Amino acid sequence: MRNEPIADGTGTPVPVARTWHWGRWLAAAVALAVAGWPAYLVVVNPRLDWGKVAEYLFNERILSGVWVTIEISVLATALGLVLGVLVAVMRLAHNPVLSGLATFYIWFFRGTPVLVQLIFWYNLAFLFPELVLKIPFTAIGLKWDTNQVMTGFTSAMLGLGLNLAAYFAETVRAGIQAVDRGQTEAAYSLGMTPAKRMRVIVLPQALRIIIPPTGNEFISMLKTTSLVYVVAGHDLMTNASQIYKANNRIMELLIVASVWYMLMTAVATFLQGRLERRFGSDAVRLVRGGGVAARVLPKVTA
Amino acid sequence: MSAGEGRGAAPVVVASDVRMGYNGVQVLNGVDFTVTSGEVSCVIGPSGSGKSTFLRCVNGLEPVLGGSLRVLGEEVGHRLRDGRYHPWTPKEFAAFRRNIGMVFQRFNLFAHQSALENVACGPVHVLGMSQDRARTLAMEHLDRVGLADHAHKRPHQLSGGQQQRVAIARALAMNPALMLFDEPTSALDPELVDEVLEVMKSLAADGMTMIVVTHEIAFAREVGDRLAFFADGLVVEEGRPHELLAAPAHERTRAFLSSVLGGQEGRPTQ
Repeated sequence: MRNEPIADGTGTPVPVARTWHWGRWLAAAVALAVAGWPAYLVVVNPRLDWGKVAEYLFNERILSGVWVTIEISVLATALGLVLGVLVAVMRLAHNPVLSGLATFYIWFFRGTPVLVQLIFWYNLAFLFPELVLKIPFTAIGLKWDTNQVMTGFTSAMLGLGLNLAAYFAETVRAGIQAVDRGQTEAAYSLGMTPAKRMRVIVLPQALRIIIPPTGNEFISMLKTTSLVYVVAGHDLMTNASQIYKANNRIMELLIVASVWYMLMTAVATFLQGRLERRFGSDAVRLVRGGGVAARVLPKVTA
Repeated sequence: MSAGEGRGAAPVVVASDVRMGYNGVQVLNGVDFTVTSGEVSCVIGPSGSGKSTFLRCVNGLEPVLGGSLRVLGEEVGHRLRDGRYHPWTPKEFAAFRRNIGMVFQRFNLFAHQSALENVACGPVHVLGMSQDRARTLAMEHLDRVGLADHAHKRPHQLSGGQQQRVAIARALAMNPALMLFDEPTSALDPELVDEVLEVMKSLAADGMTMIVVTHEIAFAREVGDRLAFFADGLVVEEGRPHELLAAPAHERTRAFLSSVLGGQEGRPTQ
């Protein structure tokens, strides 16, 4: 809004009258009322005990749940990212079996609900009571009780990680395909093999398309971990639910859990912003100069 | 200006009856073409005549589907063994292409690397040279194309003409026996064309074997040792540039030259 006087034709300054945007004031008031009234009703609700919220916010079980949630999120995301790149490269392979398998993998894991996958892994013992790893035709090997391996924690990590891989594979594929075909031709004409072209030329450029959405995947993962409570993974949601099942303070503990989820999301959003500034806008300045990619992708100096 | 005269007569490219097509459309209908060591061969012709496709066949970017194409003594894309053609593996293609430089219409510099890294990329990743040696070598080649001052800029910080000169330096860093130019000045603003042509002229003067697909008739006349006119996937006519341009034998050539030269004849090239 400009308020400085504007000079007229003769050079005399003429003051500018203030413009009243009545529509804006009205819209703001209506929006505040619609959004604020229900929130106000919750906050002042006498049946909601804010003292309990404060009491449980730093409860030991809640804090350990927060930690488990972070662990599961990080591990499942890491598993998903690594496996996702693998599935994406398989999907783009000329080998029809590899590419078919990758397509099936993506279809299968995107086509079944995460909840189903979590319960499946948790109950793997119904199919395989023992997990055996041994050298064929010998007695040398290892054996585990499935129920001891497939704890809530591991089945959560596996279920969420395998699921993320399917989605992430599509992101990676899009990133790889978005790199101009001319880059590949230039790499080939220098005498690179397809694998070297992928690693030295295509993947570093695909990263700028692949990396920003990984922040989103992680943020989404933080909250998807709450599904883990069906397999009792001792995460934030599981522990909160166990507390409210005992003391019946459902709303208070949901608020406690939400506060922590929001806090974790805020931190992750901040980190995501930095990641995107690094890789998003200045598209081409990424790989060298100690960027993440330079550390992730080993440089070949023969 | 017949700089290539008498500089050895080893054939570098021998194409006979080369055929190629995709999706049922025939692109090359039997190209016969020979390039001798040290020669600059210019290829002109209307768009869609197959001249770029032929160039891409020479370094194996497109498959030859009929006839014979021998480049640097090898049948491109496959070898004959026990009476059968065995297609090259990706490794064999890669080893073959090391000796052939290619410059593209759209430069195709590696967008995530500086000019210097672009030029050093081949020596480091393909020849296994040390970073230090490759950078020194790259600097020499950038200096040769007049861009030593821009070594640390990214492609997007360079003008089209500068990008194309970096692309030439990148190809030269592999010390190729043959250089292919696919319309190297067609994507450039008119005022940037000459700086690229100058670099190519100096290469020709140094005795580099070159195939240049171009619309720059004046360049072909001045620098070329041979000129081939492509139309409908065939070499319609070829010869020494001066003679062919002065007295084209075929109606197609005449029609093409008159349409191209309409605005270009008086273009200064020095």
